[in-house]
Amino acid sequence: MIFKILFRNAFRHKLRTFLTVCGMSVAILSFGMLRTVIDAWYIGVEASSETRLVTRNSISLVFRLPLAYRDTIRRIEGVEIVSYGNWFGGYYIDEKDFFANFAVEPKSYLELYPEYVIPDDQRIKFVSDRKGCLVGKKLADRFGWSVGDIVTLTGTIFPGKWDFILRGIYEGRDKNIDETLFFFHWDYLNESIKKNQSTSTDHVGFYIIRIENPYIAAETSEAIDESFKNSLAETLTETEKAFQLGFVAMSEAIIKAIQLISLVVIFIILIVVANTMGMSVRERIGEYAVLKTLGFRARQITLLIMGESMVITIIGGITGIILTFPAARGFSLAVGKFFPVFNITGETMYLDMAVTVTVGLLAGIFPAYRAVTVRIAEGLRRIG
Amino acid sequence: MRNEDLILSIDNVYKSYHRDSQIIRVLEDISLELKRGAFLALMGPSGSGKSTLLNLIAGLDQVDQGTIEIDGVNITTLSETDLARWRSFNVGFIFQFYNLIPVLTAFENVELPLLLTGLSKRERQEHVSAAISVVNMEDRDGHYPNQLSGGQQQRVAIARAIVTDPTILVADEPTGDLDRTSAENVLDLMDRLNCDLGKTIIMVTHDPWAGNRAHSMEHLDKGVLNHDL
Repeated sequence: MIFKILFRNAFRHKLRTFLTVCGMSVAILSFGMLRTVIDAWYIGVEASSETRLVTRNSISLVFRLPLAYRDTIRRIEGVEIVSYGNWFGGYYIDEKDFFANFAVEPKSYLELYPEYVIPDDQRIKFVSDRKGCLVGKKLADRFGWSVGDIVTLTGTIFPGKWDFILRGIYEGRDKNIDETLFFFHWDYLNESIKKNQSTSTDHVGFYIIRIENPYIAAETSEAIDESFKNSLAETLTETEKAFQLGFVAMSEAIIKAIQLISLVVIFIILIVVANTMGMSVRERIGEYAVLKTLGFRARQITLLIMGESMVITIIGGITGIILTFPAARGFSLAVGKFFPVFNITGETMYLDMAVTVTVGLLAGIFPAYRAVTVRIAEGLRRIG
Repeated sequence: MRNEDLILSIDNVYKSYHRDSQIIRVLEDISLELKRGAFLALMGPSGSGKSTLLNLIAGLDQVDQGTIEIDGVNITTLSETDLARWRSFNVGFIFQFYNLIPVLTAFENVELPLLLTGLSKRERQEHVSAAISVVNMEDRDGHYPNQLSGGQQQRVAIARAIVTDPTILVADEPTGDLDRTSAENVLDLMDRLNCDLGKTIIMVTHDPWAGNRAHSMEHLDKGVLNHDL
């Protein structure tokens, strides 16, 4: 019966409840979307492996490292696989059709990234064809590419038209894997450069290294950097996660702003729900006095009010969570090139639910306290 | 009067309220005894303290001084929680404005006090049906308060008051919001509860016509009981 009363009370003032539920839905939707934007920013960090290190020029990523370092790195204890690559910076047809593209040593690179799932025949063809390229499924879908197509990129760092034959399309092993990347052979890039600018050849932008286990990451990184100390191109080695976090740190102010906005949204809806509950309880203070007269105690009155607050926020929260999925899909379609992976994580949904419950509880506390502490005689006087 | 006949014993009760720095004396040195099965009308003009006295008797408010004993229980010594529990078993309330819960049907409103008793759903339904039949509202028990007339709502409120079979019934201006015919019906019903079922009733009213329906009368004037009238 208590639940019957609190449910019916929740829908007593239909317009008010509807508007509050709408407000709650929009707040949770916004909160979920903002959280997902933050998650999308961190997706590279999330997808990082603890057993992968990244070595780059200690001055800046812009400066490259000699290919000869590869053999030195290979000899360092704990190192299993060494691969390397270059940021290519090309675009397809139009400059606004931007996507990440890398020249990599294909065989070792794919060994390092088992999360890129490729059909065996496509893998073999990509590795064996010097002009071959491998792209993520989302990227292939975006431009309508299929295996066997010739794809021409226009280089920005390495000028000219670059033709590739699409040899493979990879899919991510899980939803966190970026499926918008474009890979081709580093040898193809290096040989083409040799024809034009001989001084830039045999240099790589970065090394990716797999180590035996994550516990030796620090000492292996140190050993690598020590090997090239006082050389013309000193190195900076860090875990893949730290490397990715370095990129994220560049946008830290924006991320902080988004986090702040998501908290403000929650605070606003807390005030809105608290106001709704405050109005409802103020209007019904006489009824709570009647219930107290009949012998209802503080905990039962509290349950009625907190329960009503929870009903409103939970309906709004669930609606908001459900709406987040189509909203995220739409957002992803609209700005997919900036956020290649835009998935609502389980953690975001748990946070949405936690926020829903917290708002429900906090919004009900003060009105419940008021109803519980009002003197019966005073409450009864409000009727009539 | 033999002790076992007494259901209410009020002894030197004082009550005052604070308004800002002012102390307003509402009741002064009230002493009263009531026999089991009595039907008492507490009369007096507005502001005489009759509703305050009723609230004290019903355990809705605390005395400043003095004792109130109901059926052998000194309710002035009970804590807030104990008082709430005591009320749920011993007092039936009838209000001027019925005070039914609008989101519950007549049946559910009558069932409300039984939720605190630990009875099973079936037992509760039996009690509610019995109470509703006493007030002749069987055909309207599925109606919500806003679908009932004032007189019907008051009958439902009376059913809610008697459903727990309380020790006393307290009624605060039970006919104050009703037309004469409905008021007559309600007073008839209260008379029946008193005569046929032996319920002790204390009714506050400022209407002499309603007061005359009670079997005894006490007058309050400026917070003092006037036994001489």
